[in-house]
Amino acid sequence: MKTVTLHVNDRTLCAPAEDRTHLADHLRETLGLTGTHLGCEHGVCGACTVEIDGAPARSCISFAVANEGATIRTIEGLADDPVMAQLRDAFSAEHALQCGYCTPGMLITARDIVQRLPDADEARVRHELAGNLCRCTGYRGIVHAILGVLAARRNLGAASTEATGHGA
Amino acid sequence: MKAAAFAYRAAASEADAVALLAAAGDAGKVIGGSQSLGPMLNLRLAYVEQLVGVRGIASLQSVTLADDTLRIGSGVTHAMIEDGALPDVTMGLLPAVAQRIAYRAVRNRGTLGGSLAHADPAADWVSVMRLLNARLHLLGPAGPRSVMADAFWLGAFTPGLAPDEIIVAVELPRFAPGARWAYRKLCRKPGEFADAIAAVWVDPARGVARVLLGALDGMPHVMDDAAALAALQSPATRPDATTQLLDDAGLNDPDARALHAEMLRRALADLDRFGPGPGAQA
Repeated sequence: MKTVTLHVNDRTLCAPAEDRTHLADHLRETLGLTGTHLGCEHGVCGACTVEIDGAPARSCISFAVANEGATIRTIEGLADDPVMAQLRDAFSAEHALQCGYCTPGMLITARDIVQRLPDADEARVRHELAGNLCRCTGYRGIVHAILGVLAARRNLGAASTEATGHGA
Repeated sequence: MKAAAFAYRAAASEADAVALLAAAGDAGKVIGGSQSLGPMLNLRLAYVEQLVGVRGIASLQSVTLADDTLRIGSGVTHAMIEDGALPDVTMGLLPAVAQRIAYRAVRNRGTLGGSLAHADPAADWVSVMRLLNARLHLLGPAGPRSVMADAFWLGAFTPGLAPDEIIVAVELPRFAPGARWAYRKLCRKPGEFADAIAAVWVDPARGVARVLLGALDGMPHVMDDAAALAALQSPATRPDATTQLLDDAGLNDPDARALHAEMLRRALADLDRFGPGPGAQA
């Protein structure tokens, strides 16, 4: 056992972990953050996607001890995030989830798409979503929800540029 | 599944990593982003007693542009290459390939050196570095050495690395004006490992005309022959030249032959988007 220090959702947490314990088990079993889900445990399904040092990553194939000192953000730590609030509303409106198992990872990937690729079209959104599997929705609702948030943010950006006169 | 027990040590430097590996003997293994070894440990396809983590070694992130080459630290991630965080000396080849490796969440962690050391025959960097015959810079207890990609791999999942050696950097040739490239891969789903890869690099100023077939049973097959490339590009000689290349690559299965032949056809067609060059005039 080693003591692992992680900065999780704005709190610094020191807790013991076996070397072989992956980050997702450490978050769920030791730190009690069960919003992160485990599907395949070999990096394919995307259910365990969290943010490590500001970028989405699979928490099932990264070991807790290998993340000493890292900053982690899980779905619980995005409760007050404005982009996540938009995505939650859009997922609800578009029926972008049914059983909810893939949803935490899906939302973290969706937030990355919205922030990193503001001009993404449907083909790009579908390409970027290829690493998150959903067995309920057939993806249509998820894709629509993300496209809706992208469009809303583009409109908001255009409106605020107009209001302040700082157009390109 | 969960990984079987192992011990993990984070190396503080390149020399420290080599020392830790030397102390571990055959029981040690380097781990970078853990995007290939992580799944293999979880699935218990791999058993390791001592993991040596190299992700925190700052010198493995360095990128150096020289007159004729670009040297990329082995710890550079696929996402950094995708995002254009390093100078592009390949006319867009590296970022284009990076964007289609696995998924963004994997690309944020997975490293260039890790991919080359893992040596999956269908991995994109394995094919790209073979296509470019990049130079791999290694470090072991006896000091640094380098080896060209053409001679690096002994077979599938078998890099030419001693148990106590690490990959420090990869050095690519800078494409000369007039160079052209094409890279095609077939995946049944975006992000999956490829079922077939075909790639071409033509660089007349360097005298290069290389064609690669990848995602084979073994490591990629390279044809380094301007006349043979010209034969592939000419309608009259293309069927025979294609058959010859597929034979040389050891492709016996009819389905695999068909998939590779189609990727090759598309790659050769892609070369034209760079405009006609010496190879395209045949």
